[in-house]
Amino acid sequence: MAPTTAGDLLLEMEGITKRFPGVVANEAVDFDVRRGEVHTLLGENGAGKSTLMKILYGLYHADEGEVRLSGKPVTINSPSDAIDRGIGMIHQHFMLVPTLTVAENVALGLPPIRRIRQDLGPVRERISELSDAYGLQVDPDAYIWQLAVGERQRVEIMKAIYRDVSLLILDEPTSVLTPAEVDDLFVTLRQMTDGGRGLVFISHKLHEVMALSDRITVLRGGRVTGRTMPSETSREQLAHMMVGREVQLAPTRLESKAAEARLKVKDLNVLGDRGTPAVTDFDLEVRSGEVVGIAGVSGNGQRELAEALAGLRPVVSGEVVMNGVETTDRTPKEIRRLGVSYIPEERMRDGAIGEFSVAENLILTDHDRPPISRRGLLDFKQIEDGCSDLVRRFTVKTPTLDTPTANLSGGNIQKLVIARELSGEPELLIASQPTRGVDIGAAEYIHTVLMDQRAGGTAILLISEDLDEVIGLSDRIAVMFEGRIMGTLDQEEATVQRLGLLMAGVSE
Amino acid sequence: MLAAALIGAVMLLILGANPLTGYAALVDGAFGGTKNLANSALKAMPLLLVGAGITVAFRTGVINIGGEGQIIVGAIFSTLLVLAVPDVPRFLLVPLAFLFGALGGAVWGGMAGALKSYAGVNEILSTIMLNIIAVQILNLLLRGPLMDPGEIERGSRIPHTERLSGNADLPILPGGTRLHLGVVVAVLMAVACYVLLFRTTQGLRLRASGHNPFASLYAGMSVKRNVVLAFMYSGAMCGMAGVTLVFGSEGHRLATDGGATTFTGAAGFNGIVAALFGGLHPLWTIPASFLFGALLVGANAMQRAVQVPAALILALNGLVVVFVVGSMQARARLGRTAARLRAEARESPADTEAPDPDAAAEAPP
Repeated sequence: MAPTTAGDLLLEMEGITKRFPGVVANEAVDFDVRRGEVHTLLGENGAGKSTLMKILYGLYHADEGEVRLSGKPVTINSPSDAIDRGIGMIHQHFMLVPTLTVAENVALGLPPIRRIRQDLGPVRERISELSDAYGLQVDPDAYIWQLAVGERQRVEIMKAIYRDVSLLILDEPTSVLTPAEVDDLFVTLRQMTDGGRGLVFISHKLHEVMALSDRITVLRGGRVTGRTMPSETSREQLAHMMVGREVQLAPTRLESKAAEARLKVKDLNVLGDRGTPAVTDFDLEVRSGEVVGIAGVSGNGQRELAEALAGLRPVVSGEVVMNGVETTDRTPKEIRRLGVSYIPEERMRDGAIGEFSVAENLILTDHDRPPISRRGLLDFKQIEDGCSDLVRRFTVKTPTLDTPTANLSGGNIQKLVIARELSGEPELLIASQPTRGVDIGAAEYIHTVLMDQRAGGTAILLISEDLDEVIGLSDRIAVMFEGRIMGTLDQEEATVQRLGLLMAGVSE
Repeated sequence: MLAAALIGAVMLLILGANPLTGYAALVDGAFGGTKNLANSALKAMPLLLVGAGITVAFRTGVINIGGEGQIIVGAIFSTLLVLAVPDVPRFLLVPLAFLFGALGGAVWGGMAGALKSYAGVNEILSTIMLNIIAVQILNLLLRGPLMDPGEIERGSRIPHTERLSGNADLPILPGGTRLHLGVVVAVLMAVACYVLLFRTTQGLRLRASGHNPFASLYAGMSVKRNVVLAFMYSGAMCGMAGVTLVFGSEGHRLATDGGATTFTGAAGFNGIVAALFGGLHPLWTIPASFLFGALLVGANAMQRAVQVPAALILALNGLVVVFVVGSMQARARLGRTAARLRAEARESPADTEAPDPDAAAEAPP
């Protein structure tokens, strides 16, 4: 598959140690990348993958160790140093300017075409060429804010290809993509390695790591705990190396009796941000004790559907009945009072307030109701008791209840949101991408919690782009394509292949 | 602070004055003796009211630079009340004046809030325009219907009201200084702003809207309503500052200079500085306002002592603020970064060494 002679070494990092006050983030880590290969860095959040890559990208300086590019020792002092040496990085949180177009974002930071006014014509043309060559669908004139996360990802990759990097670091690039998109991405990435580039793939999604990698290095607690190749290992073994214990990869689904309908959607039509139809003639029913999964490629109306159900996006026509009440013209608050809870897609934007303490975020939805609120005043004793209980029950790892939420890891913030949303014992739960970007341990836990809710009679609408998750948790799976339901499959008959076809808009 | 003092010293030297004499005069004028301290506190009073109100708006994510207008409208409302019912006993009229002042400020502030929430008008634009409108209404009233009849009789036509009812005079506090009830009200209201922001459900909503309107919407809050409310609270505080400036003034009347700053002494803007100086925390705004008030008072003393233009002192004040706020910001950023690193650090060893709590939690309860 990949050329393996030592002369092809693009990058060598040797004995890298990085200490932060009170912790060693990287300890004597060796890592290298050859031309034309994908070398995966695998590990849980906080294992030191990002630190290692930030050192390579010039964001941090190693306390010890050496970095060599094509055999020559180098010192990389800043990202612009790294970029000059042909290193590109796609961050988990996109580095795009939302108010600019795709072409403008790609052109940002490039040597300007020497004119007063930047002429984007050539940039647009080149983007279109590269689009075709790499199968990356991007509209150069679309504004970033209009794009779904999956589409934004493609823009990030376009930026790297456009700059013709020789070594590309991808930090959790698939955490926002569907399997179909992941397949496309992998094809693109393979095209890049065939051209002699080296890729560092950071991920904790095991099947993707198995599918894409030439070599795998596993980190845990800042140290290398394993070096292997897909042909010599298994997902279970990798998980064990990452977490340090046995991990149950697939959730257990018990039999559950679906009962009365908690959510009925009929002929729903909703417009997207651009004023074009995002959800079209949508019909759906979710009964208590049942999980209905919505699968689909990012940007096919899932976000707009979730927002319309939450009362945050106006409904053009159609009906939504929750717990027997028509909710299309209700406020988010009124809908919540009907026993509806949400796990929003973007937890740091919609789910939690970064500057707020853990406790404040936990009471966000219930802050104006007893026992938390008494005559308009917050009852801090109740808040502390209730919140410590929630933090314990949902195993949110936080130093104190007063810790700013932004200081927690993604997985723990998600657990916090879930703790809050489930604390009111909802009758209907709308969960969007509940495990996106969280590590294996947290995802495993979140799946267990969702299954417990289902067993307890909650109706769950699960919107997810992770097909394994949708198949593993749902009783029925509806596939969304361009705002419509392409088809609905029962859990038993759902396979990645069948769902994949529907997701691509091919009806059966 | 030190850097500002040094730059100021250089400026004084250039102007041919002795910086040491100047600074000594400033410190003495601001803090030397009870009388000077009291004057500093009086100068600080409207800044504190405005500043504490500003913190409420800022924490809700909106910028209220309409303090000037809200002060003026608050002053007009309370003046109209006192002119209408001058004979109400003092123990009732004083609280009523504050109430009407707060109401006037809330109306004026609420307009900016409503314009932002329901018509999408940028609040900076609307508050500045509302400031200008308020000044002109004030000038119009004082040159017309509210002008002191005595001035009309004498033909001097100075634009101010008659001496307002003594029943509305803010009582002087015991102790032989000029300190009056307004100072107490200002401190109490600053504490009230703190309670509002950090102890009430309303305050939680306001802060939530300010930090993250998206999450607030998802949580079922009305961000638009919160913006209007924040402006009203903020405006009410400014309105009360207007009351203290009228009924606590030496002339006990509403006056204007006919220009843009009227009787406020730019408290509507300086209050913002005091709030920023106090880290946008209502309680820290108390010492911040006092310091700022003291600088203003001391500036006059310095001017008398070394004969430099007062403008220099104002520039010096500006320097102090820029340096202090700048260093606070830098320190806050450092603190956040350190906290994040510590949190990340804490997590990684926990994943490897301690038995994972996740594992324990999987057992069905």
